[in-house]
Amino acid sequence: MINAPILPILIPLVAAVVLMFLSKSVKAQRIVSVAASAATVIAALFVLKKVRENGIQTVDMGSWPAPFGITLVSDMLSILLVLTASIITLCVVVYSFRSIGSGREAFYYYPIVQFLLVGVNGSFTTGDIFNLFVFFEIMLMSSYVLIVIGGTKVQLRESIKYVLVNVISSALFVIAVGYLYSMTGSLNMAHISSRLAEIGADPLVTVLAILFLIVFGLKGGIFPLYFWLPGSYSAPPAPILALFGALLTKVGIYAIMRTYTLFFYHDQAFTHDILALLAMLTMIAGSIGALAYKDVKQILIYNIIIAVGVLLFGIAVMTEESMAGTVFYLVHDMIIKAGLFLLGGIMIYAAGTSNMTKMGGLIRLYPVLGWTFLVASFALAGIPPLSGFTGKLLIVRAGFESGEYVGAIVVLLSSLAVLYSVVNLFMAVFWKTPEGELPKKKTQMASLFIPSAALVVLSVLYGVGTEAVYPYVMQAVDALIHPEIYIDAVLKE
Amino acid sequence: MKTNDVIFQTVAKIVFFMIIFFAIHLFFAGHYYPGGGFVGGLLTSGAIVLLLLAFDMKTVRRGFPVDFKWLTALGLLFSVGTAAGSLIFNVPFFTHAYDYFQLPLFGKTSLHTAMLFDLGVYLVVIGVTMTIIQTIGESE
Repeated sequence: MINAPILPILIPLVAAVVLMFLSKSVKAQRIVSVAASAATVIAALFVLKKVRENGIQTVDMGSWPAPFGITLVSDMLSILLVLTASIITLCVVVYSFRSIGSGREAFYYYPIVQFLLVGVNGSFTTGDIFNLFVFFEIMLMSSYVLIVIGGTKVQLRESIKYVLVNVISSALFVIAVGYLYSMTGSLNMAHISSRLAEIGADPLVTVLAILFLIVFGLKGGIFPLYFWLPGSYSAPPAPILALFGALLTKVGIYAIMRTYTLFFYHDQAFTHDILALLAMLTMIAGSIGALAYKDVKQILIYNIIIAVGVLLFGIAVMTEESMAGTVFYLVHDMIIKAGLFLLGGIMIYAAGTSNMTKMGGLIRLYPVLGWTFLVASFALAGIPPLSGFTGKLLIVRAGFESGEYVGAIVVLLSSLAVLYSVVNLFMAVFWKTPEGELPKKKTQMASLFIPSAALVVLSVLYGVGTEAVYPYVMQAVDALIHPEIYIDAVLKE
Repeated sequence: MKTNDVIFQTVAKIVFFMIIFFAIHLFFAGHYYPGGGFVGGLLTSGAIVLLLLAFDMKTVRRGFPVDFKWLTALGLLFSVGTAAGSLIFNVPFFTHAYDYFQLPLFGKTSLHTAMLFDLGVYLVVIGVTMTIIQTIGESE
C-alpha cells in the first residue's frame, strides 16, 4: 500500500463530503462521524507501524518525482501527532453528541469538525511549504466556522477578532513563502533545506526565519502575538474549545519545529536566542494569566500559553535531549489539554456557571469527576508517574546542560504556576462549601464523562508507559536533529 | 407605478444561453488554453445571477430545482473520487490517466481524468457562489 500516509487525510475528507449530504439526519451524521474518526485512528496506527518498521514514508502525489510535485512525508514526528489529533477528534465527536446542542448539529457541525481534522492532519503530513499554507487555511476556515457556529453575541464579536488576526498572519505567510521561493526557487521542504544549506548563514535567511516565527507565532500563541487567544478561545462551547486548545496552537508549534530544524539552523546564535527569550516571556505571561483569573475557561486557556512557552524553549535549546523532551511534551500536552477542556466543560455544565468563586462542593455530587480532574491536573503539572513529567524533565535537563539556566528555571517555576492554578481550581470547584445552594439533583453525565476520562486514562498510560514510547520519540528526534535523513528520504538520493 | 422589465427579461433569456455556452467552452478548453473549472464555474453562476436579476428568486429556483449546497458536496465527491481512484490501481494518490480516442463528430480527442477533477471544481464553484448569493439575498 504505497498510499498509506494519505489515509489519515483522505478518510476525514471523504467523511466530511458524505456528511454534507446527510445534513438532514442528525442520527446518520453521528454514526458516520464516529465511524470515520475511528477509521482515521486505525489508519494512523497502521501508518505508525509502517514508519516504525520501514522508516520515513513518502508519497509523491500524481507520480511526479520529489522536488517537482507535492510530496507527503510521514516521519515519526508527524505520524505521532496525526495519531494524537485523530484520537482527540474521536473523543470530542463522542462528547459532542450530548453537549453541542441540536441547533449546531443540524447546521454542518460534524462535517466542519472533519474538515478541521483534514487541515490538521494535512499540516502535520505535508512536505511542501505552500501545501502547508493550504492545509493551514483548511484548518483555519473550519475553525472560523466552529468559532461562530451558534451565533451568540460573544461568538460573533470574538470571531471577528479571530478572523482578522488570522487573515493578516496568512497574508504574512504567503509573503514569507514568496521570499523563500525567490531565494531558493523551490517549494519542496527537503529541497529548500538543501538549497539553504548551500546559501549558508546569509543575513536574508535570518530575516526569513524571523518572518516565519512571526507567522507561526501568531498561529501558535507566542508572547507578544498571543493577545487574540484568550478572548477568542473563551467564546465557543467546550468541545470546540477542546479541539482548538489541543490542536490549533500545536500545529503552529509543529511548524516552528519543522522550519527551525529543517531550514533555519545556520545562525542559531541569533535565531535560537530570540526563541529562548520569547519562550520565557510566553511562560511568564501565561503564568500571570493562569494565576490571575477566576474563570474556569480562562485558567485553562492561559495554561495553553504556558505549554506553548515550554515547547518553544525546548526547540530553542536544540539538543537531542531537548528535542526529545519537546516531542514528548507536545504529544502529552495535546492529550491532556483536550481532556482538561472536556472535563472543564462538564464542570461548567454541572455548576451552571464558569466563575469558580460561585462554584463549590461538587465532589459530593460527582466524586469520580473530581478525582479524574485532579489526576489530569497533576499530569498537566508534571508530577512524576504521570505524563507531563518526562517531557519537562528532559527539557529542563537539556536547558541546564547547555547553559540556559534562566530558561530552565523559568520552566520549573511555570510548572509551579500551572500546579497552583489547576489545584486552586480543583479546590474551589470541588471542595469549598458553595455560596449558594448546591443543585440537589445529580444530572446523569456518563456520555460526557467517558470520552473525557478516556483521554485522561490515555495520558496516564502515556506517562506510565514512557519506556514503551521512548523508542518512537527517539526515532522522531533523529530526523529532526539530522535533517539529512529527512532530505534523503524525500529526494531519494 | 408598476415597472415593466420586458426588454431586460427578453435580453436576459438570450444572453443567458450565450454566457452558458461560453462558460462550457472555457471549461473544456482549460487543458490547452486559458480557462478551466474555476472560471467556467464562475461564469456559469454569473449567468444564473443574471436570471436572478431579471426575474426573482422563486422563478429561478423553479428553473434550477437543485439545492446548491448539495451541488457543492457533489463536486467535492467528484474531485476526491478522481484523486482517490488511484488507490484502486495502487499508484500514488492523484495520479491521472489519459488516452486518445476516435469519437464520432469530434474526431481524434484526448480524454483525461483531470477533466473529472475539473468537473468537481466547476460544480463546487457554482454551488458555493450560488449558496452565498441566495443566502444573502434571502436574509432580511
